[in-house]
Amino acid sequence: MNSILSQEVPISWYLMLSAVLFSLGVLGFLIKRNLITVFMSIELMLNAVNLSFVTFAHQWHQVRGQIFVFFVMMVAAAEAAVGLAIIIAVFRARATLAVDRIDLMKL
Amino acid sequence: MHLILFLLFAGFCLAGAINLLLQSHPINSALSLVVVMTSLAVLYLLLGAEFLAAAQIIVYSGAIMVLFTFVVMLLNAGREERTLGSRAARAVGFPAVVVILGVLATLIVHAHGLGVASLSDAITSTEDLSRVLFRELLLPFEVTSILILIAILGAVALARHGDGETPTSEERTSPK
Repeated sequence: MNSILSQEVPISWYLMLSAVLFSLGVLGFLIKRNLITVFMSIELMLNAVNLSFVTFAHQWHQVRGQIFVFFVMMVAAAEAAVGLAIIIAVFRARATLAVDRIDLMKL
Repeated sequence: MHLILFLLFAGFCLAGAINLLLQSHPINSALSLVVVMTSLAVLYLLLGAEFLAAAQIIVYSGAIMVLFTFVVMLLNAGREERTLGSRAARAVGFPAVVVILGVLATLIVHAHGLGVASLSDAITSTEDLSRVLFRELLLPFEVTSILILIAILGAVALARHGDGETPTSEERTSPK
């Protein structure tokens, strides 16, 4: 029991978790048919990459990796605001959120 | 302790991500995403990034997910209809996902000298972080604030009705 408590986690496990989360995000982007859920899959991919950044920042004792994650968060917040506004505008014009039905650029 | 916490919250993370894919209602997907982001905040804390853990909870699981659930409720989004998607997504997309995961996993498994992460070493304090951010990376920080300002203006301009547009009779009668 003591050996489990004192054990450390290999860095590669964090990276593997990040890779799996990214792949799940890509998969969600492909199979989900709702515009909002597709957008959530993009957020999942951003988070997976953030985990990689924090892991490498920890490994190399670099603060800049964490600052990059901070910038990614800010850009993701801006992206979420603009993206959801676009979703509202699309819904107002089309009255649907299914990505199969939103196939024209013009309103 | 580190190992137990890692396994617990990595499990939460993966379960939330898989649940996001399996749920058919957007609100359930949004709540699963909250679970993923909060678990990631704990993993950041395990890696010594205390400021980012707090920012992750406040910005992601707080602000962004509130925005998501707000839009889901505003648009009254129902269950999504199950379609198989485009043929290109099936033919190219799914093998591409497998290839991406395979390449990343091979790289990670074969990488040498990655080492281990432990709780004790190298906790980055907010002071260290802000010293680098405000001394060396001040220009990118200010540029990002301009980006956020533009994003706010863009979101307001996109989401409201056009100026010249007169409200239709349906909108005029509907209770606000």
